[in-house]
Amino acid sequence: MEQDWIWGLIGGLLIGSGGAVYLLANGRIMGASGILGGLVDGSGKSNWVERVAFLAGVFLLPVALLPLYGAVDTHITSNWWVLVAAGLLVGLGTRIANGCTSGHGVCGISRLSLRGLAATGFYIFAGGATVLLFRHVWGII
Amino acid sequence: MRNLFAFLAGGLFGAGLFISGMTDTAKVQGWLDIFGAWDPTLAFVMGGAIIPMAIAWQLARRRSTPVLGGTFPPPAPMRLDTRLAVGSVMFGMGWGLAGLCPGPSVASLSYGGVEHWVFFAAMIGGMLAAPPVLARLTRPAQAA
Repeated sequence: MEQDWIWGLIGGLLIGSGGAVYLLANGRIMGASGILGGLVDGSGKSNWVERVAFLAGVFLLPVALLPLYGAVDTHITSNWWVLVAAGLLVGLGTRIANGCTSGHGVCGISRLSLRGLAATGFYIFAGGATVLLFRHVWGII
Repeated sequence: MRNLFAFLAGGLFGAGLFISGMTDTAKVQGWLDIFGAWDPTLAFVMGGAIIPMAIAWQLARRRSTPVLGGTFPPPAPMRLDTRLAVGSVMFGMGWGLAGLCPGPSVASLSYGGVEHWVFFAAMIGGMLAAPPVLARLTRPAQAA
């Protein structure tokens, strides 16, 4: 448990390396919501294979690593109402804001983008307030 | 070749999310929970990810085109707007509720169980709803 931050740092370096490859080789910003959202609403039809290839990597590498870890508990809520509401908010919100933790957060902050910094401030504040209200005030999550 | 490198980038991203524990919703909600048992891990993940990415932006400035051709993304616009704020607040609420964002949602589908598919399906639904919602929101502004 006390080594969590080391694995966080190593994982973070891998995440950033993925973003570096996507930028330097493909010339694209690694934003998960944009890559997926472009497939969902058809706006990314012109390079859909590249998007599917990226998402296949995101999906498959954990499959390959899983045997090293055995079972992984993600501690996700079993409340389907919460899951559906959260999923809708994440899907709609990231498309309206044009980015999520990877696009606005990792890729935006690393080039000191004002929009990336502002978006990150907004979603961290909203996320913190949501956990405070739904966990400590209402006891739902 | 572009597709191979896209797969490689996605693989690094997915492996990083998995190893860092960012598909564990308790760690994400724990980081957001500053009034509870605060978990600092996410800050290390974010910090770790920004280092290679900042180097990559510097390297990109020294090249005219990406290695596999095409063009680099245009400079980030300096303009903040309501859309960015409203969307980010909505995203943050969903992120706090479930402890998942789009990347980890995809990375955890293979082992997270049915709940992760429910979240993923709802997220796709939200993404499908975005274009009509945006069209409705911006129409009065254009008319005015």
